[in-house]
Amino acid sequence: MRTRQVPRVVLLLLALTVLALGAAGCGRVEDEDSADAPAATGESAPTEKLSGDVIADGSSTVGPLTIGAATAFREVQPDVNVEVGIRGTGGGFERFCAGETDISDASRPIDEEDEAPVCADAGIEYDDYYVAIDALTLIVNAENDWATCLTTEQLKTIWEPEAEGKITNWNQVDPSFPDEPLTLAGAGTDSGTFDYFTEQINGEEGASRTDYNASEDDNVTVQAVAGDKGALGYLGYTYYEENTDTLKALEIDGGGGCVAPSAETARDGTYAPLSRPLFIYVSTESLTTKPQVAGFVDYYLENVIALAEANQFIPVTEEDVTENLSTLQAQQG
Amino acid sequence: MATQDVTAGAQPEALRLRAERRRWGEDLIKGLLALCAVVSVLTTIGIIIALVVPSIEFFREVSVVDFFSGDRWAPLFKPASFGVQPLLVGTLVVTFWACVVCLPCGLGAAIYMSEYARPRARNILKPALETLAGIPTVVLGFFALTFVTPQLQRIGLDVGVFNVLSAGLAVGVLLIPVVASVSEDAMAAVPQDLRAGAYALGSTRLQVSTRIVVPAAISGIIASFVLAISRAIGETMIVLIAAGGIAQIAFDPRDQAQTMTAFIGATGIGDVPTGSIEYKTIFAVGLTLFVITFVMNMISIRLVRKYREIYE
Amino acid sequence: MSVPEALGRRSQGDRVRGTAFYVLLLVSVTIGFLLLGVLLVDVFRKGIGYVDLTLLNEPNSSDPNKAGAGPAIRGTIYMMILLLVFVVPIGVGTALYLEEYANRERWYNRLLEINIQNLAAVPSIVYGILGLAFLVRGIGLGQVLLAGALILTLLVLPTVIVASREAIRAVPDSIRQGAYALGATQWQVVWRQVLPAAIPGIATGSILALARAIGETAPLLLVGALTYVAVNPTLLGSFTALPVQIYQWIARPQEEFRILAAAGIIVLLAILLTMNAFAIWLRNHYQRRW
Repeated sequence: MRTRQVPRVVLLLLALTVLALGAAGCGRVEDEDSADAPAATGESAPTEKLSGDVIADGSSTVGPLTIGAATAFREVQPDVNVEVGIRGTGGGFERFCAGETDISDASRPIDEEDEAPVCADAGIEYDDYYVAIDALTLIVNAENDWATCLTTEQLKTIWEPEAEGKITNWNQVDPSFPDEPLTLAGAGTDSGTFDYFTEQINGEEGASRTDYNASEDDNVTVQAVAGDKGALGYLGYTYYEENTDTLKALEIDGGGGCVAPSAETARDGTYAPLSRPLFIYVSTESLTTKPQVAGFVDYYLENVIALAEANQFIPVTEEDVTENLSTLQAQQG
Repeated sequence: MATQDVTAGAQPEALRLRAERRRWGEDLIKGLLALCAVVSVLTTIGIIIALVVPSIEFFREVSVVDFFSGDRWAPLFKPASFGVQPLLVGTLVVTFWACVVCLPCGLGAAIYMSEYARPRARNILKPALETLAGIPTVVLGFFALTFVTPQLQRIGLDVGVFNVLSAGLAVGVLLIPVVASVSEDAMAAVPQDLRAGAYALGSTRLQVSTRIVVPAAISGIIASFVLAISRAIGETMIVLIAAGGIAQIAFDPRDQAQTMTAFIGATGIGDVPTGSIEYKTIFAVGLTLFVITFVMNMISIRLVRKYREIYE
Repeated sequence: MSVPEALGRRSQGDRVRGTAFYVLLLVSVTIGFLLLGVLLVDVFRKGIGYVDLTLLNEPNSSDPNKAGAGPAIRGTIYMMILLLVFVVPIGVGTALYLEEYANRERWYNRLLEINIQNLAAVPSIVYGILGLAFLVRGIGLGQVLLAGALILTLLVLPTVIVASREAIRAVPDSIRQGAYALGATQWQVVWRQVLPAAIPGIATGSILALARAIGETAPLLLVGALTYVAVNPTLLGSFTALPVQIYQWIARPQEEFRILAAAGIIVLLAILLTMNAFAIWLRNHYQRRW
């Protein structure tokens, strides 16, 4: 290659980049109504400037809510760095009880037999706060036109350990269903969603067939189901809400007729047995020794209803908020 | 400095050119540079220790026989099962489809560049191939998931959203430059006399390429194939994005499967606690992967040395 | 038929086969580039609308309209700088040792060469495992920028060594001999004659190796990839890098995140292209003709 030609390549590159940046003016939709910062409630802005780290980890179901809180909190306290991981409820508790995190996101209560003693041994005290409700949703592909409602018995036949390698077609679930291969996707073993689902449907926590696309990240489940006509999956309601154009939610018959998952049915308990509370666990030591953690948790709990609505979660009630805040006060005072 | 006594009749002293004092700085420099070289040795030792030590612990809990003969890979479930065959088969199937793309295309490109192309075309092709080789694997994974899979579905192939075929094809595209450049080097090393003689006897270019050059360069070409296979086995991102997450023995390319590398990647992100059996699976599978690619690399290096020896 | 006549005539079959083969070769050459071209066009069309200042500055967010790769890009740049600092001295030092100082006959030097060849072919995820075992867990560094940089250093070290060796080898021996003849010590020869002559080649090789490191994702997944990092990465703090950010966006199912991923890829490819073009320009501009 001649020496003279090459600088031309660099120039061409620069020209392209400039062009591109120019053309980029038309692209992103800047939302007028920003979905992140909830309407400011009077006392939520603390007076002093806080700084430091807040480390949160745990459930990928609760994660988006905590991330939403973190994003909103950044507007109020830009010097506080909130990190949110989503390695699953189980993984989150492991880190929490090792003192590595300040907040543990959880889509099921802490296990009193296996996990709580670890925290107790390490001297980690904590409190749990009820931040949202989840309607664990069974999803199918939007083009699935044969399944509308499944009973919990049918779910059990699909998901129990004995079904592994055997139940591979929709017509095995119900003879009226077409001959369509059944591919499954769902939560991984570190996920609170997994624990909750297996306990409610298969009768024992952790009992499940293993030949499905398992991931602690619910986005993977969405991808798997959205791309496969014959796919079935389970995940937190929020993830379904965000993808209603590619997914369809099944109604579940837990003995009292087919009920569709929604904010109302989750709240009043008719969506049974798959509605569940979502928590955050906060370390007492972090709360009392790190003002940025106290500030963040305070903001989170005060605005939890607005945050839930902004991030497509099913919000708790005002009474729950009051209860949360009084527990928080008690801890701090 | 030595001087010579030039008085008449005196025997000339031998000139001594070596420095009077030993310069310790030189030794220091040599030592420092050798230290740099030691880094690479330490890396290898580190890799071996990092893989072997936890694997030994792993194989205390899971028998080696179960590991290699079991066909169910469910390390995180209860009851856990540690048969690595699904991961091996997944790797194998992806590698197969990658080879279907990269071996013919790479070899064809090499033959073209070596026997057919004009110098100007070659000067464009070679850097272009280098560019292709420089595409990050995450980009090719994106391509496999968002372009190849939908296109395969459009032509009616009924592939799942995650499938080994798309991933395999993308890995193949990634490896075309590898096969092309190593094969082309091998063909370039074939002496021109062989070609000239064949042309003089009236051979066509086709005959010279396929009957003279390729056989002469065959060990280098095979080396390039082996190298490509080894790289395909070790590829992570494309399969992690596009091939799927179910560890199952599936030979149908439209199904999804999990490869060894994808398993390590997926488990590593989840960041399991140190010391748990899940943590150790990363190392056991990693060791298997390392041994396989190591053996293939040694074969490839041997072959390259062989073809270099013949002509140099 | 006389011999010259016979030689000049190609049988019909030969001609057909010859042309068919030629076409086959052309097809195999173009398939790769065709797919590459399609990939680039596809990515460009999808993502160009989202390449704006938000992408370049803002941190990741669950709202695709607000999400950006700011910390990721900064993380990549910091890692590039760290890589330069680590990999060039060690790589060039090793190359100098092997080319100028080492006695080829010795078994340990031959082993060194074989070792480097092997390391060049180890899958990148194994380097990730190495980092996880020794840096993140072993010495407890944690999932920090430094760990990522160190692992990438080890990953591209063999490439830099090989490139530097080629550059050093290209310096004609006459230069060295001339310097020795004038009484220079070995280090003086290396430092004042060989190295300056080899610098363009070394620089080119290093930049190309760096470019490869920038695109690596697998080792970084194991050494530390956080979901939500809002601040700029620091040496011993959590970090993210552009390819990792792209991967995280690809993993999300919504269409807007796919577009974001495409936009991120455009930025990544732009960085890579610039580095490659710069390296090639260096090579051509400063190439000595001996």
